[in-house]
Amino acid sequence: MHVKAQMGMVMNLDKCIGCHTCSVTCKQVWTNRPGTEYVWFNNVETKPGVGYPQRWADQERWNGGWTLDRKGRLKLKAGGQAKKLLRIFANPDMPEIDDYYEPWTYDFGSLIDAPLSDVDPVATPMSQLTGDRLAPRWGPNWDDGLAGGPGHAESDPHLQGLQEQVKMEYEQAFYFFLPRICEHCMNPSCVASCPSGAMYKREEDGIVLVDQERCRGWRYCVSGCPYKKVYFNHGTGKAEKCTLCYPRIEQGQPTICSETCVGRIRYLGLVLYDADRVEEAASVADERELLHAQRAIMLDPDDPEVRAQARRDGIPEDWLDAASRSPVYTLAIRHGVALPLHPEYRTLPMVWYVPPLSPIVNTLETDGFEADPDDVFPAIDHMRIPTAYLANLLAAGDTEVVRDVLHRLAAMRAYMRKRDVLGSAEESIAEAVGMTGADLEELYRLLAIAKYHDRYVIPL
Amino acid sequence: MANGEEPAQHPHRSSLLLDAHEFFRRGPVNAEGWSMLIGRDRHWERSYRDRWAHDKVVRSTHGVNCTGSCSWNVYVKEGIITWETQATDYPSMGPEMPDHEPRGCPRGASFSWYTYSPLRLKHPLIRGSLLELYRAAKEEHDGDPVAAWASIQDDPDARALYQRQRGKGGFVRASWEEAAELIAAAHVHTIAAHGPDRVVGFTPLPAMSPVSFASGSRFISLIGGSMISFYDWYADLPPASPQTFGDQTDVPESADWWNSSYLIVWGTNIPITRTPDAHFMTEARYKGQKVVVVSPDYSDHTTFADDWLPAQPGTDGALAMAMGHVVLREFYVDRQVPRFLDYAKRFTDLPLLVTLAERPDGSVVPDRFLCADDLGSDVENAAWKPALIDAATGAPAVPNGSVGDRYGEAGRGRWNLRLDGIDPLLSLHEARESTATVTLARFDVGETDGGSTMVRGVPVRTVAGQRVTTVLDLLLATYGVARDGLPGDWPRDYDDAETPYTPAWQEAITSVDRHAATKVAREFARNAETSDGRSMIAMGAGTNHWFHSDQTYRSFLTLLLVCGCVGRNGGGWAHYVGQEKIRTFVGWQQLAMGLDWQRPARLAQGTSFFYGAVDQWRYERTSPEQLASPVGSGRFRGRHTIDAFAQAVRMGWMPSAPTFDRNPLDLADEALAASGGSGGSGGSGDAASAGAVGRHVVQELRARRLRFAAEDPDAPENWPRVMTVWRSNILGSSAKGHEYFLRHLLGVTDDTVTAAESPPDKRPQEVAWRERAPRGKLDLFVNVDFRMTSTALHSDVLLPAATWYEKHDLSMTDMHPFVHSFNPAVPPPWEARTDWDAFGLIARTFAALASDRLGVRHDLVASPILHDTPGEIAQPHGRVRDWARGECEPLPGVTMPGFRIVERDYGAVAEQWAALGPLVERAGCAVKGASWRPVAEVEWLRGQNGRPRRDGVAAGRPRLDTAIEVAEAMLAISGVSNGRLALEGFRSLEERTGLSLAELAEGNVEHRIDFADTQTQPRHVATSPEWSGIDAHDRRYAAFTINTERDKPWHTLSGRLHLYQDHEWMLELGEALPAYRPPLRAHGLGDGEDLLSNGERELTLRYLTPHSKWSIHSEYQDNLHMLTLFRAGPVLWLSREDAAALEIGDDDWVEAYNRNGIVSCRAVVSHRLPAGTCMLYHAKDRHLNTPRTELRGNRGGTENSLTRITMKPTHMIGGYAHLSWGFNYYGPTGSNRDETTVVRKRRSEVVF
Repeated sequence: MHVKAQMGMVMNLDKCIGCHTCSVTCKQVWTNRPGTEYVWFNNVETKPGVGYPQRWADQERWNGGWTLDRKGRLKLKAGGQAKKLLRIFANPDMPEIDDYYEPWTYDFGSLIDAPLSDVDPVATPMSQLTGDRLAPRWGPNWDDGLAGGPGHAESDPHLQGLQEQVKMEYEQAFYFFLPRICEHCMNPSCVASCPSGAMYKREEDGIVLVDQERCRGWRYCVSGCPYKKVYFNHGTGKAEKCTLCYPRIEQGQPTICSETCVGRIRYLGLVLYDADRVEEAASVADERELLHAQRAIMLDPDDPEVRAQARRDGIPEDWLDAASRSPVYTLAIRHGVALPLHPEYRTLPMVWYVPPLSPIVNTLETDGFEADPDDVFPAIDHMRIPTAYLANLLAAGDTEVVRDVLHRLAAMRAYMRKRDVLGSAEESIAEAVGMTGADLEELYRLLAIAKYHDRYVIPL
Repeated sequence: MANGEEPAQHPHRSSLLLDAHEFFRRGPVNAEGWSMLIGRDRHWERSYRDRWAHDKVVRSTHGVNCTGSCSWNVYVKEGIITWETQATDYPSMGPEMPDHEPRGCPRGASFSWYTYSPLRLKHPLIRGSLLELYRAAKEEHDGDPVAAWASIQDDPDARALYQRQRGKGGFVRASWEEAAELIAAAHVHTIAAHGPDRVVGFTPLPAMSPVSFASGSRFISLIGGSMISFYDWYADLPPASPQTFGDQTDVPESADWWNSSYLIVWGTNIPITRTPDAHFMTEARYKGQKVVVVSPDYSDHTTFADDWLPAQPGTDGALAMAMGHVVLREFYVDRQVPRFLDYAKRFTDLPLLVTLAERPDGSVVPDRFLCADDLGSDVENAAWKPALIDAATGAPAVPNGSVGDRYGEAGRGRWNLRLDGIDPLLSLHEARESTATVTLARFDVGETDGGSTMVRGVPVRTVAGQRVTTVLDLLLATYGVARDGLPGDWPRDYDDAETPYTPAWQEAITSVDRHAATKVAREFARNAETSDGRSMIAMGAGTNHWFHSDQTYRSFLTLLLVCGCVGRNGGGWAHYVGQEKIRTFVGWQQLAMGLDWQRPARLAQGTSFFYGAVDQWRYERTSPEQLASPVGSGRFRGRHTIDAFAQAVRMGWMPSAPTFDRNPLDLADEALAASGGSGGSGGSGDAASAGAVGRHVVQELRARRLRFAAEDPDAPENWPRVMTVWRSNILGSSAKGHEYFLRHLLGVTDDTVTAAESPPDKRPQEVAWRERAPRGKLDLFVNVDFRMTSTALHSDVLLPAATWYEKHDLSMTDMHPFVHSFNPAVPPPWEARTDWDAFGLIARTFAALASDRLGVRHDLVASPILHDTPGEIAQPHGRVRDWARGECEPLPGVTMPGFRIVERDYGAVAEQWAALGPLVERAGCAVKGASWRPVAEVEWLRGQNGRPRRDGVAAGRPRLDTAIEVAEAMLAISGVSNGRLALEGFRSLEERTGLSLAELAEGNVEHRIDFADTQTQPRHVATSPEWSGIDAHDRRYAAFTINTERDKPWHTLSGRLHLYQDHEWMLELGEALPAYRPPLRAHGLGDGEDLLSNGERELTLRYLTPHSKWSIHSEYQDNLHMLTLFRAGPVLWLSREDAAALEIGDDDWVEAYNRNGIVSCRAVVSHRLPAGTCMLYHAKDRHLNTPRTELRGNRGGTENSLTRITMKPTHMIGGYAHLSWGFNYYGPTGSNRDETTVVRKRRSEVVF
């Protein structure tokens, strides 16, 4: 056992209001400069939707992440160094600017300087790359809230196999929001893809970085990342990515995207894991076992043996205490309500998601309207969001995993309503989902009351 | 990074000193083929640390018209603002609920982009042609600015020249001094030539920056100009609130959502328009709260719903009425809930007696409240004391708490809701002597908007010779809840689709499944029963921006009232549109309206002002007659909306700016000469001279030598002449009927109005019709802003303002209980100035010019009958008696406006403006019936704000030279921020109510917030008579808890929550009780107007203008971050069905047009919309990525190019208790949803 500490994040999609504040504050702090106009270290996508860059999750197209070779060994999906060398000047897996969007601005100044005319002045768009007039036809969030719904949403790779089930019609409309940053994976394919050795995963906290002095701009990290969360700065000619705001994390402060999240959906905390078993966990044959394998190498911070080994591995006491109080461990492991994004990419991502419970009924849900009016919550079987869709996103297609999480969340609501409105706690509600009332109350405190110091547990 | 020396020692990640140790380290390559460790030092990591590094962080916020009032940290590096993040240091809500941090939204997060953007206004700008004219004229008139301005106004060609160029570019730079001189000259000339009430100011929403609000409004008020109301004009005022509560609006803070266990979100898109607070809703779900969303589209808030009721746009009232049917049937008739009945008896008008009137055709209609005077009582104010039946005795009784007890000697100590042994009988059903078949209004069928009728039975008794029933009996009849033995036509059961108001009936109108409607109604009431009233309805623009929003809201409020939810934490109404809550109300009011120097202020009502000033009345297609119900008496027959308004003005119901067809300064001289009086001194005149002045005005009006300006709005002497707009982009945001503004107010010639003027038979009966409508009423249009907007583009003089990160001010909201501050992170760059400094310069320049030319004058101010003043018991029983028709005597302040003489020392305006005047403590501060005298506070301010001046009118008065000094004064004299004054206010109420109220503030007597406190942290306000709820650290604010917990009456006629409205105009419209009124029928196109059609395939769609996800009104819509995060410019949302029918693809260019104008933009096609409805985000400005229209070749319009003003006569009612006028309290709203538009694909090339 080799214990490592990793700063991880959980986002509760059930609370995400899709406001994009995270994107804007991140942009203003980190990528509001020439060369990174099109870069959003943090972006928010409407799901179903195309995403940014477009159809990033379609690995048949982009060949990001890992796969297993015939012998069951991990290999980069895009192939090894030799293959890369052959395509070093023409990487077919490389997204182009239009896959993101061509950044634009406007000739705002003309409004103030406008000479007298027969018509009101107007500011029109122009490319930030060329300075030429531009009619923007795509942007980083063009399909927000199902804008362009029928067409764009249908192009979502996560709808694979669901086309019959999901109709882009008014009565069946649904969407939710998916904020995305770098996954700071335990097994990062971007780092493995870098021919210059410019990328690394920080030993102490697992943050994945591109050394700006060493990067040579080959951009294999861009194509190697299945989440498309490494970007090319066309001004410096180097790759850049989300740094998990290490200048803030190092000072015990949450990332910008976390602290400014008005939906209060984000949690930051340490997870201890066994670095010796990363390869093993990333190599399990059945994609649906990857989640369990990843959970299995994440260590119980309260286990005396783990703590002893961690101390031997150089992790200080206050970090162990922080790991003990980690909301990431509590949500992802202890209560198992958070899931990794695309575990089948085998990168062992460290940004986990609580799947959206809402909305849980469809409009025409009127059966049983004469039932007990104290029993206000419909069953999660009536979810508007197909569990298969969430499973494609968060569970390598395993709907049971998603249903299990949703049942726990629904149980929390039912339990708390009984307690708050009717004045009676019912342990049986918790037992039905394999939890205790105390578990549900802990989950409630973390998800609902969600104090700042409970959301962010960051050691100095 | 581990330093490698001690294996057990943890890495010091940020310690650069240790990095040298790492230099030669080389990590092993792991099995996956990549290195955990880098083979060299990590010095480079410093680059991102440097990017993050900054020199200072300053607390500020955004003064946008938003209820956010979020506290932000602004980062500064080397003197440059770099970015902002939210403050997270709000006081905690305690361990059992979520905290407020980190309030904010993406709009606010992008604000710093403006600071150095090319959109920023850097210098004063004046239209070139005007500046040339002015300079030449000044030269010609020996350097006299006022003579120069007069000469330009006297030359019609010169005037038309610059007016026609408005909005068309051609600005040139000017100095602040020259710009201020031109502005001051225009003011002096206008006051002398036309009157001070021809000077108007528009700035909205003091809560978003009260000091900046006060900067200009104080100047305008001191010179006698008219400040225009905004909350009603914005249609954010819910008229149902004054109608039901006698209160402008008072709502729970967002954190109180947490306390609700059943939340219906009905017309407010919480994640989008209450972004910083949405988490209280998402989190409360985990506590077991059920969320139901009623929305026509699958909007952002719908994604959080447990049940979605997709009601068609504008039909919410039908659904609510059907839910009321279910609740009344199941919780009042089939089963009775003691809690609900107790609440109804104590707090609502449900037990009050209503008389029945027989009409000439023999039918019977509900009429008015039976009052003490009907019972033969000669007690004081007997006509203002409604009666009920005491179940204990079976006899009529008059409960405490009516407005009749609120004023006069007899009511002293009786203005409370104590029943004193009376057991109010809610229904006469069991104790009826007979029954009556009453004719009630219904609006779902019928030839006109006025609808039709239905007949239902009520139980009846005869009291004092009058046949009466109760409000509850009428309510049950209206809702169609049958009981044994009552005559009339009743619904068969819930599935009766023909008869109002069943679940099946609403299904045909709303398309909401009848069972779903039934289920939600039942759950809602049951939850209220089991949780002690913790059922809440959050409502907002989606339901309030309709013409008949008051009816819709009253149908919502009925659900809450009959379930006992109002005045409960976690229950009640939560109206969220508009930023009405200026918590430091008293301080703001005193300073902003100049009440510390002169009283009363001259205030105008927004919607009616613009309706007349921009001549939309000439194109009116909805008349009071069409709106009137067949249950009425035909009193509106043949009348035009503006006739109703003129009547409301002359009867003292509503203000009008200007007031008369004469300069009120000259009129004052005349009146004083005639009465031998000398007018007022230091403010208002004494009662005797006021009486004499009033007699003179009455005499002149009767002789028709004097006319109200409202009777001839197009006469040049009645035009507004100078208008200043600050903190607002009125043309790009709230100007319903934008194109009419351009045509008539500004004189722009390429407006796109195609509506025909009213034909002769549809014109006003009383208001003068001039053959040619004026174009270009305004002589001068001034705007102060920091960015280029539609308003800025159209202004004559444009002054560069400091942004919100460059000034001091205060911020507050109804959504949270804190007051916090704006603070400058950097000084205003370029030539920008704060609003306070800009108006200070204007005031000084004005005073210098005015001192000789205007001197000291008397000004005759006409005020309507005001709510919350003794005058509001003016016109008893809601009977309309018009003195102009000889129906009563003209009595100032009773049957007509009151008249006061105010002295204006024009040469001293700047000194007054910059010092706190003496009336604040001498005359005291009044708020909602409470009052206090801040004597100690004025003394404190003398010290706090620096040594007072020694000479001039302001000698010895506290200074207001700086924004901080103004903020200090506002905080010092408001009850929410000064516990001593709150206590004084409650004590003043104790005397009237006979209740123990002082203890609400006794614990807070030491509570005091000063400006430095607000800079340190958002500070919690305390309970004050300024508001109706209890503010406490351990309790969330819910409106009306003082009423329900302390028996303090509401400020209504009966002192109770009013479901029944008995004013004659209410009865005329068939709105005595809630009813479903569909959207207006007259919309879109028709009546032979030029349709501009070019033969393309077209559809007429319901036109909605919801608030945008990417802006706060027009703010941020031009911000590059927001433009990037969606569609790069304005868009029209279309359903996939409508788009397919029009062959419009996503992102295609489209054109939308109707009789009011044309919009040109791109399409967003989405299946989240129902067919038949399109959406254009509210406050889309016209100067960003907006091409020339295909139809006309001019610049495409704003969202409001397709809307217009319509006024509802019942909103003009005054002089009648809670239906009395107040600034932003009651008045016609600028509704904007009852509109349709024609939509088609653009075929021709796009030209900018």
